[in-house]
Formats: sequence, C-alpha cells, structure tokens
Amino acid sequence: MFDALKGFGVTFSNMFKKVATEEYPEIGAPAAPRYHGRHQLNRHPDGLEKCVGCELCAWACPADAIFVEGGDNTEEERYSPGERYGKDYQINYLRCIGCGLCVEACPTRSLTMINFYELADDNRQDLIYTKEDLLAPLLPGMEQPPHPMRLGDNEQDYYVNGPELARDRGVPSGETVETSEEKAMQ
Amino acid sequence: MTMAPEEPKVEVPEGYVKLTIDGEEVIAPKGELLIRTAERLGTVIPRFCDHPLLDPAGACRQCLVEVEMNGRPMPKPQASCTMTVADGMVVKTQRTSPVADKAQQGVMELLLINHPLDCPICDKGGECPLQNQAMAHGRADSRFRDTKRTFPKPLPISTQVLLDRERCVLCQRCTRFSDQIAGDPFIDLLERGAHQQIGTAETAEIYDAASHTASGKPFQSYFSGNTIQICPVGALTSAQYRFRSRPFDLVSSPSVCEHCSSGCAERTDFRRGKVMRKLAGEDPEVNEEWICDKGRFAFRYATAAQRLRTPLVRNAETGELEEASWTQALAAAADGLAKARDGKGVGVLPGGRLTLEDAYAYSKFARLALRTNDIDYRARAHSAEELDFLASRVVGTTPETGVTFTALEHAPLVLCVAFEPEEEAPAVFLRLRKGARKRRTKVVHIGQWTTPAVSKTFGELLACVPGGEASAVEGIAQHAPDLDEALRAEGAVVLVGERAAEVPGLFSALHRLSERTGARLAWIPRRAGERGAIEVGALPTLLPGGRSVEDAAARSEVEQVWGLEAGALPGTPGRDVTGMLNALVTRDLDGLLVGGVDPADLPDPALARKALAAASFVVSLEMLPSEVTEHADVVLPIAPVDEKAGSFLNWEGRRREFSITLEGTGALPDCRVLDTLGVEMDADLFTQTPAAAAGDLARLAPKPTGSAAAPDVPNGHVPKAGDGQAVLATWRQLIDEGTLQIDEPHLAGTARPVVARMSKASAAGLGRRVTVSTERGSVTLPLEVADLPDGVVWLPANSPGSKVRATLGAGHGAVVTIAAGGDQ
Repeated sequence: MFDALKGFGVTFSNMFKKVATEEYPEIGAPAAPRYHGRHQLNRHPDGLEKCVGCELCAWACPADAIFVEGGDNTEEERYSPGERYGKDYQINYLRCIGCGLCVEACPTRSLTMINFYELADDNRQDLIYTKEDLLAPLLPGMEQPPHPMRLGDNEQDYYVNGPELARDRGVPSGETVETSEEKAMQ
Repeated sequence: MTMAPEEPKVEVPEGYVKLTIDGEEVIAPKGELLIRTAERLGTVIPRFCDHPLLDPAGACRQCLVEVEMNGRPMPKPQASCTMTVADGMVVKTQRTSPVADKAQQGVMELLLINHPLDCPICDKGGECPLQNQAMAHGRADSRFRDTKRTFPKPLPISTQVLLDRERCVLCQRCTRFSDQIAGDPFIDLLERGAHQQIGTAETAEIYDAASHTASGKPFQSYFSGNTIQICPVGALTSAQYRFRSRPFDLVSSPSVCEHCSSGCAERTDFRRGKVMRKLAGEDPEVNEEWICDKGRFAFRYATAAQRLRTPLVRNAETGELEEASWTQALAAAADGLAKARDGKGVGVLPGGRLTLEDAYAYSKFARLALRTNDIDYRARAHSAEELDFLASRVVGTTPETGVTFTALEHAPLVLCVAFEPEEEAPAVFLRLRKGARKRRTKVVHIGQWTTPAVSKTFGELLACVPGGEASAVEGIAQHAPDLDEALRAEGAVVLVGERAAEVPGLFSALHRLSERTGARLAWIPRRAGERGAIEVGALPTLLPGGRSVEDAAARSEVEQVWGLEAGALPGTPGRDVTGMLNALVTRDLDGLLVGGVDPADLPDPALARKALAAASFVVSLEMLPSEVTEHADVVLPIAPVDEKAGSFLNWEGRRREFSITLEGTGALPDCRVLDTLGVEMDADLFTQTPAAAAGDLARLAPKPTGSAAAPDVPNGHVPKAGDGQAVLATWRQLIDEGTLQIDEPHLAGTARPVVARMSKASAAGLGRRVTVSTERGSVTLPLEVADLPDGVVWLPANSPGSKVRATLGAGHGAVVTIAAGGDQ
C-alpha cells in the first residue's frame, strides 16, 4: 500500500524536473560547436577553391572513403590559385568514420569538418557526396569559379597573405574564413 | 676445445679485385662502380644522377662515401657513382661512417635549399626518390631561412613534356639520356652557378627575355617520355598524366607494347578501370629500360568515345546498323557466312595487330568453318615473293636460332635495307645506336636520304632510287667490296623492313646476299601482330607452325591435331589480300571476314572500297568504327589489349606474353568471338580463352624452317622519272595518324614536321611548297632539301596532310608528278 504511493511519488516529482528529451527532428538538436560532422571544401575569400587535388586526404583516410582526381588549371578556366585543382572530389559517408585524419592531412586547409551530422539516407548513392555537395557556400564577396585570381598574382599571395585577405573581406578578427562559413551554414 | 674455423683464403679470379666495404670483404670485377658493388652487398647508397644505363656523371654528389686506399684515407668523401673499385680499397658507406652520413645529409640539405615544398601538387609525390631519400638520409629540418629561387612554371618544352625548373636537382639524367641513348640533344644545362638550369634552345632565350612563353624549336624526340620516367624529382612531367592520380591509387600490371614489332616490356598503371599511364618495363633482352613515346603515350584509343561496345547488325529494310544482342548478332553472322561459304566462298583479312592466340583463331576459323585458305593478314603492300620469303626465311625462327636485339648490339656490321629503324621499330634503333656508340658497330643504310636514324647510328647511307634497292643489294659485291667483306664477318646482320614488299626482287636479292656472305638476315615488320600471324598460318600458303598447305603430310598432321577427317583441309593455296579483293569485285568470292584492317593501309584503297561494296556479306570484328564497319553486315566488338590476355611474337620470334590488365570489362577477345561464331557454324575451334587457344596451338609444334623454297624473283627495273616527274619514296613516321594514336593531342604535337623532301637540284624552281600528284589525287607540302638522289621525292606516308595511299593511291617506288605548290 505504502510502496505504491512511493512509486507514484517518483512519477509526480519528475513532472516538475527539467525535461531531458530533445524534440528531434521537429525542433532539432545542434551538436557541440567543435563536433566533427560532415566535411566542407573551403574557398579563398574571392571564391576560388582551396583544394588542389593533392589526394593527401585520400591517402590519410583509414576507411578509403575519399576519392580525388586532380586537374590542370588554365588561364581560361581557373578553379584554384596555382597549377592544380581538385577536378573530382567524392566522400563516401557509408565508409567515413569521422576520424578527421583527412583534415589533418590537408596542406591548404581546404578540407575541414562542420558540425552537420544528419548523414542518413534510404539509399547508398545519395550518401556519396560529390564536390558540389561538399563545397562551402559562396559568402558575400565570393564569386563562383572558374574565374581568374582576384587577390594576387600567384598562389603565394593567397597563402602568405591569407589572414589579411580574409579581414579585408570582412571576416572578423579571431575567426577564419572556415569558421565564419560554418556559422553561415547554421 | 673448439677451434675457430680457419679463415678460408678467397682466391681473387683474373680481372677481379678484392676490397672492403663496411668491414666486409668483397670481390668485384675490375671497372665496377663502387655504388654497384655496395648494392650487391645490400647497401643502398642514396643517389640521383646515377643510372646503370647512363655513363657516370657525378653530378648530384649525393652518393658520397669515405674511401681509403693503400692505408691512406682520401682527404674528402668521394662520389661512389664515379669511382671504380680497386684492389685493397677500404670503403665506408653511411652505414658505418659518420663522416659519409654527415656528408650525405649536407648534400641533401643543399639540394633542398631551392627545392619547392610543393609535393602536394607534384606528380612525382609518393614515388619520388628525392622525397624518399630526404626522409631516409636528410636532416629533420632546414637551416636555410632565405627566399628560394623560383622560376615560372611549368615550362612546356614540347607539347608532352613539361619542365619545372624549381624542382630540378641538376642530376643531368635527362640530358645524358637525350645525348647518349636517344641522340636527340635538344635539352641541356644552361647558365652557371646559382642560375644553372635545364633548358632547351628557346628557353635560353626566354631566360634572357624573362617571359613565360615558349616558341620556336621544341624538344623533339621519339624517346622524350623516358626522361620523365628517369627524372628523380618532379622536374619533368607529362602533359598526359599531369595531376591524374597518385601512385597509391594505381594498380600496376606488367604488359607488352601493342604498337611495333619489338614487343617492349611495359608497366600499365590503371585506376578504377581506366589506364592512367604506361611506363617502360625492364627487360635487358629486349628494350632494356626504354620505350618510345608511342608505346608510352598512345593508349587512349581504348577509351575513345566512339569505341564499339555492342554488336551491330544491319537492318535489311532500313540498311542501317542497329544494336543487337550477342546471340542475335552471332546468329546473323553465322548465317550469312555459311551462305557465302556455300556460295562462292569467304575471304578472311585478320589484320596485322592481333595477338598470337587471336591470329590462331582466325587461321583455324578460316580452315574449319569457312573451309578455305583465303586468309591473309597483310594489311599493307605485299607480294608473292614476300610470301615465299616469309615461308622460307622467317617462320619458325626464334631468339635461339635467329637474330636478336643482343646480336644487333654485338654485330660488327648491320645493314638496314628498306627499313627506317627509328620510325618503324624504335627499340631496334636504340640498340643500333648503343652498339654503334659502345661497340663500334658499323651501321649501313640502303635508303634514300640521311634520316635522323642514319646520323644518330653514326651510319653510312647508300642512297638509291626508291624501287632500286634490289639492284643496290645485288651491286654490293661489285660496287662496295669493303661492305661485302664486312658482311662476311662473324655476326654481321642484315635487317629488312616491310617496305621491301614494294620492291620486286629485293627479298630474293637479300636471300642471295645472305647465302653468299653468311650474314644473318632478319625481317622487322612494323606491326606487333605480324610475326605471330605468320607462325599461326594466317597466310594463304601456310598452316600453323610453318607447314605448307600444299604438303599433304603436313596437312594430315594438322588434320589429326584438329580432329578432322583426312582430306578435310583444302590443299590449294588461297588468294592473297589483293587476290581476294579482286575476286570480290568480280564476284568470285561472296563474303568477307575482316579484323582490324583500315582500307587506306591496303595497296589500293579504291579497290578495297569497291570490294567491300561488292561483297554480299561482310563481318567485321572491330574496336572502333572504320570504313569496314560502314560496309559490314554484322559488326562484332572486340577487346583492346588492355582488356585481354595473350601474347605477341616480336620480330625476333620471342614470345611476349601478357596477362589481362583491366578485368571484368565484358569485352571479348577475337579468339572468343570466333570460337562462338564457329560453334554457330558447327566448327569447334577450342579457342574460348587465349589460354585455351595457346594450348591448342602448342599441339602443333613448329616445323623446322628451311623446307620451303626461297624466293627467286628477278630484280624489277629501277623506276625512272621523266620531266616533271619524280620517283616516290615514302614510309610512315612513328607518330602520325595511326588509328591507335587517336585522342592523344599531346603526343601528336611531338610528331616530326610533315614536309616533303627532295634533292637540291630537283627542288630548284619549285618554290617553298611542292605538289605531288597522281591521277587519283594530290598532296601539297612544304618542301625541304635533303640529300636524296635526283628525281626522287619523299613523303611521310600517313601524316596529317600527307596520306599517300589514300590520296595518291601510290606507294614506295611509284612514279609521281611534281609541280610547284605555291607559297602559302
């Protein structure tokens, strides 16, 4: 008799406690700011791609989830500063284990991870993200490649003056082009 | 008590020396380089400039070791790639000597001072000797804090080869290769000191003008791809492979080149079912470590958009080719062929690019399913004399009994007749040049002008009028007694090319010359499948293994092996290519089964077209749409070499086997298609796979050669040109409009200029361009003066703007009309 009341007591007291349930997916649940979610291929402040198609990410990947093929930039058709760009870029999220070794391997800080984590689908094909899916959105002041180098004469200028170029384009101090893009995604 | 075993006293043989490397005693042949002796012991000394097939240079200084002679150490570390072994030498490599190790680290640090940190975008990254050795023998960090020397990059030194001077470590492998091996010294060291760099004639000007464009005379060589392969850094890269993949993406498969008859070893690298590049394989007996640019770069034909991938059958109502299933197409082909066979008969033109196994399937299919000897693989100029020559002097020769690459290198004299080694068989050219450079082989060419091959083999030209080669050979005894004497020397070789078929009496004259002098005679065709096709009997007079169709005993032997009734094989020789085409036009032949044959290659393209149109039924086994498929009633797609296994016989008669590179593409080899077609026609070929075909062929052991009668045809009269006429000399350039070179713009850009050549006297008054014409058509080309005999004009046979057979309908030795071509 007393035990039953004790049981209802637990239920009753919980009614006044903070609700731990998250209304997902109706309301959504943002991940922690540094969460390793899906990848993003970043851009230079003028919109040119940072990826040079070097395949170091594919090399570093322990799950063989990344496919890259490089391409040759020409004066008429330029996607990144310098000679080489990533012509084909695919990440297979059926394979990706989110370890982030690819991000560490990237020599141009083109590949980073944003905290988007909704990587589920009802077919395999859609989980192979292509370059169009992975490229960062165009921020104000950016221009869709192919276009000539707007911020320097060669790729050296882009890399050496990277932070200043970002400031000039309105990226606040203490933030990089990448972090501001992450915010733009949310 | 155990006794220490007595140190065995090692006898040093004559011509050898004893030295100590890292405390280990070693016996080495005199003259061996220290770096190789150490390598035999298992100690790899880092190096960049050293290459076993190039002369020592000591350019990069990476291989420094400590050397002690007669108890006295040398004051400084020595380069082990230039120092030869000596008796009593004591050598300490980086393994035991801190001095050598520090010296190597220092050199590496210096090399890296100006080397850019662009490994992520460099094609060599991942397979780079500099990367590897910097990891193994370099310092962990650099002390250099200043600005690196930079150059505009890349600098195209030809349409194919790109030079990145920042990455260069000045090892001079490329310049030494071009100078020593290929003989095309268009690339060299320029400037001095910190400005020293690799460049070509026009980059020297650029350097002064500080502009970034290249113009003028490019780096022109048929072997330029080798410089890319031996470059120990990423300074030389190819436009074709640029940024395409990384070594860890690639699956490598050993392969054999499908272009010329040398059968060079190659390595095919592919990624996700697509061939990315081909590299030279190593085979000291054949191509050493070099291949020509055609073998290296011409492979995209297999991925061409127009490639045939499904069978096509001609719709009887609309007259159009329509896609069909294999079952439908094979049934239609079998039906039509059986009807034609039971009518006037079917001829077979397999073409000269088949593997041994595929050619065997054609040969067996012709005899079993079509019951005919009307089969001839020679998709080029041909003659009955050539047939006799092939049956008596070529079939059945092997590297053990015949001439080999090594024999060419060691020969005291090589006589090339109607054969242009650099254009027709580049690996042969490299061996001739090596022999001439290293062993003083005398190379004599009977041709028309001093071609690059003549000068680069330090050769002598015996110029003759095209068509006059036979008389020139006959005249050797009388007019060139020293050459006659040299031909009697042990090991002398005579090489003859495919062009000989256009000169009546030449094969007979060469046979007599070889009988008279004892010089060995080798026939070097231009296509990879020609030698194998002879061996398997894809000729109207031969059965597999060099058996004559007229020999009843040989026939019954083949009948037994093939499980036929006695007398099932036809005993009369068939028609040759021209015979078959004529018979089709006159309706003495109904059907035609064609492999990879381009009518424009045949001696009379107009006749070929007429015959194709006249034939009542044509089956084409093709990879790419051609003039034959336009006329075909059934087109059956077949696999390119990368997608099948098989073997080629090279000109030496050496079997060059290769396994399948790209598996699971669904493309079928000719032997499989013919086997299934045979089943439809109630003939069992047992050639379902290349392995099965090879096994079946092996049951027909080759007959010893020499049973057939040698050709004996009198010399044709030497063509004479009248006023306003000239005798045409023509052969194909290595890089031209060949079907297997489609989709290769970078390679096409490295072709030799397309020009006509005439002697100074004959060219007088013609201006800068010349028009060469026959009643069929005309070719107009820029005119260049060369040392041809008067009244002779030379044209490239199949280059852009100069398709001699297709346009003029003429060949080597024909008389053509000459006129001024006007200035453009």
